[in-house]
This record gives sequence, C-alpha cells and structure tokens, in this order.
Amino acid sequence: MPHKIGTKKQLSENVFTAEVEASLICRACKPGQFIILCINNEYSERIPLTIADSDSEKGTIRLIWQRIGKTTAELADLKEGDEIESIVGPLGNPTHIKNYGTVVCVGGGIGNAPLYPIVKALKEASNTIITILGARNKELLILEDEFTEMSDELIVTTDDGSYGRKALVTEPLKEVCQREGKPDQVFAIGPAIMMKFCCEVTKEFSIPTQVSLNTIMIDGTGMCGGCRIEYDGKPKFVCVDGPEFDGHKVNFDLMIKRLDTYKDKEKSSYEKYKEHKCKIGLDKNK
Amino acid sequence: MKEKKSKEFLEKLLEKQTKGQLKPSDRFDIPCQDMPVQDEVERRDNINEVAQGYTELQARLEAMRCIQCKNAPCIKGCPVEIRIKDFVGAIAEGRYKESLEIIKENSLLPAVCGRVCPQEAQCQKYCTVGKKFKDPTKAVSIGRLERYVADLDRDNNSIPEAGAATGMKVAVIGSGPGGIVAASDTRRAGHEVTIFEAFHKSGGVLVYGIPEFRLPKSIVKKEIEVIEKMGVKIVCNFVVGKTRTIRQLMKKDGFDAVYIGVGAGLPRFMNIEGESLVGVYSANEYLTRTNLMKAYKFGDGADTPILNSKKVAVIGGGNVAMDSARTAVRLGAEKVYLIYRRSEKEMPARIEEVHHAKEEGIEFHLLRNPKRIIGDESYRVKAIECLKYELGEPDESGRRRPVPIEGTEFTIDVDTVIVAIGNGANPLIQQTTEGLKFNKWGNIEVDEHCRTSIEGVYAGGDIVLGSATVILAMGQGRTAAAAINEYLARKKPKGAAS
Ligand SMILES: Cc1cc2nc3c(=O)[nH]c(=O)nc-3n(C[C@H](O)[C@H](O)[C@H](O)COP(=O)(O)OP(=O)(O)OC[C@H]3O[C@@H](n4cnc5c(N)ncnc54)[C@H](O)[C@@H]3O)c2cc1C
Ligand code: SF4
Ligand code: FES
Repeated sequence: MPHKIGTKKQLSENVFTAEVEASLICRACKPGQFIILCINNEYSERIPLTIADSDSEKGTIRLIWQRIGKTTAELADLKEGDEIESIVGPLGNPTHIKNYGTVVCVGGGIGNAPLYPIVKALKEASNTIITILGARNKELLILEDEFTEMSDELIVTTDDGSYGRKALVTEPLKEVCQREGKPDQVFAIGPAIMMKFCCEVTKEFSIPTQVSLNTIMIDGTGMCGGCRIEYDGKPKFVCVDGPEFDGHKVNFDLMIKRLDTYKDKEKSSYEKYKEHKCKIGLDKNK
Repeated sequence: MKEKKSKEFLEKLLEKQTKGQLKPSDRFDIPCQDMPVQDEVERRDNINEVAQGYTELQARLEAMRCIQCKNAPCIKGCPVEIRIKDFVGAIAEGRYKESLEIIKENSLLPAVCGRVCPQEAQCQKYCTVGKKFKDPTKAVSIGRLERYVADLDRDNNSIPEAGAATGMKVAVIGSGPGGIVAASDTRRAGHEVTIFEAFHKSGGVLVYGIPEFRLPKSIVKKEIEVIEKMGVKIVCNFVVGKTRTIRQLMKKDGFDAVYIGVGAGLPRFMNIEGESLVGVYSANEYLTRTNLMKAYKFGDGADTPILNSKKVAVIGGGNVAMDSARTAVRLGAEKVYLIYRRSEKEMPARIEEVHHAKEEGIEFHLLRNPKRIIGDESYRVKAIECLKYELGEPDESGRRRPVPIEGTEFTIDVDTVIVAIGNGANPLIQQTTEGLKFNKWGNIEVDEHCRTSIEGVYAGGDIVLGSATVILAMGQGRTAAAAINEYLARKKPKGAAS
C-alpha cells in the first residue's frame, strides 16, 4: 500500500514538511512516536522520522525533515500526489505525558518538529510551558508560530543573532533553571550535541531531562540492534526502549560517533544524487 | 571423460535395476555424488549461489545408493516425516514428478529445505548407508536429492486451489516459513487469509537473514507469489502490537483466528566492554543490511550503506555466524576470523557451511571467546581481546561446557566485530497481548496443536521454539493450520443463526 503525499511545503532552505496518507498509523500514533519509511522498496534505505502531527479524519500524518543526504533530498524532490512506497509505524514508545508543573521544552533545528506534538500534549495536560527554540539563523527557524500559540513563554535564540537572542539554547536554559521555583521537568530535542549540553546544564540543577534520540535504524522493531546506545553503561535499543530517555544517563559521545558511522558513504551518495539531478535537469523545476 | 564413464556406469546399473537385480552390494559400490560448487576463489567476489545442484546423472546415481530399508530410519529423523525412502526411490527410477509430489505431501517448500535443512543432524544422521560405512558423510544425500526434484519444477506455475469460501478470516503474523505454510494451509481450507509483515518485503529470515549465495531470493519470491495467487493477502509494513494489536485484529477487524509466527527477533549481545563501538554489528543487522537492503550494491542501485571492513571477527558457531563470515568475505574483507568458544564438533552450523567457510579462507579460532572489544580515540573498533577456553563437564544441553583459562588473553587486530551468538524472543507481542502465556525466556507457550492460552490464537516457529530451523517452523505452521481449520469448522460463521 503506497502512501500518497498531500500538501507539501518548504519551511526553510533545507527543511520540508508534508502530509502523507497513512490511515492506519494516524489512528494509532501518540506524541513521541515515529515511523520508518522507504521511498522505493527496491533501492531506498529505511529512515526514521518523527510523526509531527496526525489527522485521523483525513487519514494523514505530518512529517518534517531536513535535507541532509540522498534519501531526505529524494523525499524533498517528491511532489504532491507522488507516493512513498513503504511507511511503517507508529514505532517507539509515546512520551509520558502528565502534569509535571512547569516544563521547559528546548528545541534545536529540526528537533522542533518532534518537539511540537509533545508540547501540544503537555499543554493539554495543563503544564506551564516555557519553550526555548534555537536555530543557526532566522531562516532556519521552524514552527515558531505553532510554538507561540502553545507556550506560556517563548525564547528564541540564533547562533548568528539574526533573530531573537544571539546565543546557544543552553544559555537561556541555564537562566531558567536558576529562576526561583526552578522548572520541574525539561524536554530537549535537537542535534545530539545540543542535547548533550542541555543535559549537562540540567544535571547541575538536578532537573529530570527527557531527550528524544534519532539514531540510525533499520527495522525499528528491536530486531537488528543497530540503533543501540549506551545508557547507564548498558546497551539499550532506541527504537523499542525509546526514543525518549533520561538524558542524564545517555552516553552522547558514543552516540554521536555511531551516528557518523557511514558519514563518508552518505556524503558520496548525496553528491552522486545531486550530480544525477543536475544531468537530468531535475534541479531546475524545484 | 569422467562424465562418460559414470554414464556407462549408470547404464549398467539401470539395466540391473529394470531387471530387478540391483543388489545392496551394487548400491554400496556407487561413489557418493559430490555437489558441484562454484569455484572457491571466484565465489569470494560474487553473491551467486555456491552449491549448484546435481545433474540428472548425479541425482540418479545418488538415489540408487539408497538401499530402500524396510524400516526407513531416515524418516524418523525428519521433523515433518517426509516419505524419504519413497521419494528417493522414485528418483532412482527416474520418476521425478512423482518424487516431488511425495515430498510435497509433508513439506511445502522443498527448494528451500533442500538447501538449508541441517540434514546431517536429521534424516541423514539415521541413514543406514552412512551407518554401514561408519561415516555419516557417506549417508544418502537426501537434501541434495530433495533440491534436485524441487529445482526441476522451477518453471511450473501451477497454483494450489483454495477451498470454497467459508466466510472466516485468518490473520497470520509474520511471513517467515511458518507463516507461509500456515497461510497456505488455511487458505486451502477456504478461509480468507491475511499475512501481516513488519518489513517492507515478505519471507522472514529467508529474505533478510539467509544470504543469496545460499538461498537465492528468487526462490523465496516465487513461493510468496504462489500463496498470493492462491488469494492470500499480504500486508507489509504492519507491526502487530504497534499498528494494530492482536486484540484489535480479533475484536474490531473481524479475524476469527490468528497464527503468530514472528520469529525470534531480538539479537543477543555478549555484555562485554566495547560492544557499542562503531564497527560492532549484530549478525541480524549485518545480514539485513546486505540481504534485505542489498548494501553490497551501495552506490549502484542500493542506498543502504555497510562498512568496508578489512579485518572482521565473527563471534559464534552457528549458521548465522557462517553466513555473516562468508558475507564479510564477499563484501571485500581481507581477513575473516571466526571465534567460537567450543570446538568444531559442537558447532551447530550445517557441516556444508563450515566446509564452504573454510574453503573461502575464513580462519577458525576455536575454544576462544572475546573478553572485550577495544576502540580507538574515535570509538571505532581497533582490536578484540580474547581468552582461550577448554571444555569442561557437559551442561544441560549435553554439550561440554566451555571454561575460560585464566591469564590466556591475546588480541587480534580487527576493524569490525559481528556478534552472532543467537536471538532471544522479541518482547513486542508479549507487551501488547494481555492473557497470552509465555515461558521464562519470553517464548509463547503452546500445546501439541500449537494452541496458545488465548482461544483462536495459535503460534509456531522461532517465537515458540527459540531459535530453531526452517523445517521446524514449517512443521508448526502446518500443525497450527490444521488446528485452526478444525477450530473454524466448529465455529459458526458470523451472522449465522445459532
Ligand atoms: C542468518 C540465519 C541463517 C539461518 N540458517 C538456517 C539454516 O541454514 N537452516 C535452517 O533450518 N534454519 C536456519 N536459520 C533459522 C531459520 O531461519 C528460522 O528458524 C526460521 O526462519 C523461523 O521461521 P519463523 O516462521 O519462526 O519466522 P521468521 O523467519 O523468523 O520470520 C518472522 C517474520 O515475522 C516478522 N515479524 C516480527 N514481528 C512482527 C510483528 N510484531 N508484526 C508483524 N510481523 C512481525 C518479521 O519481520 C519476520 O519477517 C537461520 C537463521 C538465520 C537468522
Ligand atoms: S535410511 Fe538411507 S538407505 Fe535407508 S531408506 Fe532412508 S535414505 Fe534410504
Ligand atoms: S532499528 Fe533495529 S533494533 Fe532498533
């Protein structure tokens, strides 16, 4: 059963979003869960993407992705009405949603996408929400309006100061932690390095911190172990034990290296794809 | 020359056969027929099948080696009790079609089983001819003969008929060998059958685990097409327990019976230092990347990468370990070490695979076991530290227990480690199916009809037996299907007046 692409938009230079037909998944999914897709069963790789939103009436889920390699670029080149051959899910455990009190939600880059449904659910559970969004520059900031609507307080930072505060997200995070009545819970989702530093900050203040990990995956059902991380010194499978974990127990350094396992190959594959696109003129009709 | 000689030899035998004068002593004189194989150097660089199959001449000669024992002890060694004596006898007389029909009474996938069954531990182990020569490798090559008649039939496109519609719905979870058989047998009884498969392709271990060079994927594909043509619906990308639960399938989606054949599916690790380093794979991951995702074609028709390993250590002594090691060779590794903590005698792998692995240059380090995996500053595998072992007293499995010898540490430089020490039970079904009974290892408990603790729910294959074999999974699929058919015959169709 192929999955038709509905409305598709470009959110920033390299970030895209699309509504995709997935009638079974949209009925079963909860915030924090993800899917694995395979554009073409014969040659594509399988990549995990968070379910950013779902609409059970329309029978669709919303995906948001960053163009960083061949597969995400190919996905970005698909047009409304095109199809993705395989989507499996919902995978992983849903976020544990409850009334924590005051929750700080930190999103970095594309991490805003998986963060959004969590913030939405936390809001519905009557939490006070302080959102901190970070991006490299203004152009790369996504979903700001959506977060504004859901948050009691919103802080935006950019690396180059082109918008909001010129800082890394850890700076305002630290300040919020220092406030009187420190937050009860932190959620941090973004690049591994950002989550690592957020956890270092919150550890100092002993504030429980959930992170959502985006390791390399194949099956997503616990069968291959490729997604494993070192958690509290022991192996854990992100696809079935996560994707959310207590960030204070995750070995981020190892995880970052594992994410880079195929860096060279991914790069060459992407280059080849771009070259090919150039040749057949696909790049012109963006 | 050789060919001609054996032709003459066969002709003489055939003459005796037609006159009914073929004596056991004549049969004992027939040399064992070796399996033609791809050149051992050439095959290191391709993924094509290694064993090429008997010629007709060979098959006929090999079949004549069978002395047609009255009690046919081989049959007792076969998990599904194929009438071996009769099918081998039919080949000896050139009745190939009939031979295949005899096999198919008990086994649905002879082209698969002929290739992957551990015959030396099953039928051939009991063969009188092997006993007579006091050498089990001289037993009648039952598996090769099975493969021969199955392959002759490759172009046959006949499809078994589905029975008259019963209005009952059967869900089969998992498309491995057990699931394929369960689906086929319940469909034949006229039920509406749907297979739910988590991956984007069906076939279970036959497609993601066992490599092309041992089991061509075209064979599995054809078997899948056969059940589809019978009217079995296959829904891929559907994880039972996540997409829908068993309860939902039965209570909401109207399935009257369910067969759970989800396989083992949870790779074991050794719990030693360095096991999450870059370059450490579970065999499942290594094989899935290569077989299912075709990483051997990366950059040229496949987008899934795999490391270009040069020195590889594979841990384990089963089929999975052999498959991983031989895959590493084909992906270009210069050195492949197989590290196993017992001796060769205890290796659970098929003898043929061990033999092929050695021919392909894989170095066996027996009575050795890893202590830790050593990484460099960027967390990449650099070496593996091992300990020497000796065999102690037999353990519960009856095999002598390997014991480490203190102070015998040594290291081997490697850039990749593949852990192939078996699979535990994947907990997904357990976590999402209330009321289903499991044993302490997480395997589903069933009775002799493969019935579980929930009415209408049946299970078989690796999720019941632990890591087992293709033929055992198929056997359970068949047993379960018979029980399901019987159960559904008793159950009134929906909407029928009670
Ligand atoms: C590398 C390797 C080599 C082997 N070599 C041999 C050999 O030479 N000879 C031999 O006899 N045996 C061999 N085996 C063992 C043999 O393959 C298995 O015993 C057999 O395949 C088990 O069959 P099964 O029916 O239990 O299902 P499996 O083949 O295990 O398939 C189960 C299927 O269920 C799917 N699934 C799992 N969970 C779910 C879910 N929740 N929802 C939907 N689908 C799900 C899986 O994706 C899979 O496709 C080997 C195994 C491996 C891994
Ligand atoms: S035991 Fe061997 S010789 Fe006897 S019937 Fe079986 S295959 Fe033939
Ligand atoms: S992706 Fe294979 S076990 Fe998690």
